[in-house]
Amino acid sequence: MDPHLLKKLNAARRARQAAVMITDLEDGRDRVVMKGDPLAGTLGEAVASVFASGKSGAVEIEGSRFFLNVHVPSPRMTIIGAVHISQVLAPMAQMTGFDVRVVDPRTAFATPERFDGVDLVADWPEDALKDRPVDAFTAVVAVTHDPKIDDWPLISALKSNAFYVGALGSRKTHARRVERLTLQGVSESEIGRIAAPIGLDIGAQSPAEIAVAILAQVIGALRRPAGTGKG
Amino acid sequence: MTGIAAEEQIDPLMVAERWMLEGREVAIATVVATWGSAPRPVGSHLVIDEEGNFHGSVSGGCVEGEVISEAAGVIADGQPKMLEFGVADETAWRVGLSCGGKIEVYLERVG
Repeated sequence: MDPHLLKKLNAARRARQAAVMITDLEDGRDRVVMKGDPLAGTLGEAVASVFASGKSGAVEIEGSRFFLNVHVPSPRMTIIGAVHISQVLAPMAQMTGFDVRVVDPRTAFATPERFDGVDLVADWPEDALKDRPVDAFTAVVAVTHDPKIDDWPLISALKSNAFYVGALGSRKTHARRVERLTLQGVSESEIGRIAAPIGLDIGAQSPAEIAVAILAQVIGALRRPAGTGKG
Repeated sequence: MTGIAAEEQIDPLMVAERWMLEGREVAIATVVATWGSAPRPVGSHLVIDEEGNFHGSVSGGCVEGEVISEAAGVIADGQPKMLEFGVADETAWRVGLSCGGKIEVYLERVG
């Protein structure tokens, strides 16, 4: 492995950029390809496919064997609202490999006792997310259904390439949300990206069941982006 | 933030870079294919230095010893090597891949 490529790959990983290390298993030569780098031909297709699946593997192309080691950042889940649902959703999401942060400016909700072992920030989302910008590997889950807390992170998630944006609230609550966001200049197609009512429709009732419905929907959006929409 | 720092400490490729910057000779082993119930997924790394210090895992412990001893040769001559371990294989039996799988490990020097 070329030492420069090792440095380049690690730098990309620190910056949470997806990258593939391609190694020619016949002659040992390697190269690093970043997501979005143009790469033509059969190898290009194979690289696109490992970026999409996140699964590394060996491929044979025109008699040569290549190993494609894909490095994608661990998915993040930013939960807006230190509510009952978040208390169960946060540990469940951690168990499934998400890097979770819970944000709520209401200090009565955002207490360490209620969120043991969870990255919890008792501050406004505008401030709490400064060091943690929303990227393509982030899911934003807004569950306060309080406009002055949820709206800003929702808008910012919709303007970013977050792989999932969901918001809690009845259809009526969501209709009012749509009106507010429209007034703030969010387009119809952007608003259409919000999963609302949040979570898969499994008839969930308790906070834990709702958390399962949300988590399942988020995982679907992460692993099968084409097949999973909202609701 | 502490989470990221902790990950840098245990991530094999980060460790490989650190060792390299310290002037150590480093080899990287990578699982490139698995069959059956392999304990570590494709893409997993084990890094080894010229003194046999190692970090990471390609098999959950069962073939590491063999990979580490092969690494000395790869570091010395710079020629990458493909190693195969499986239950049907005499070597694998000796090194104890008792999990019933088969793995292919690519071993290369950094630099």
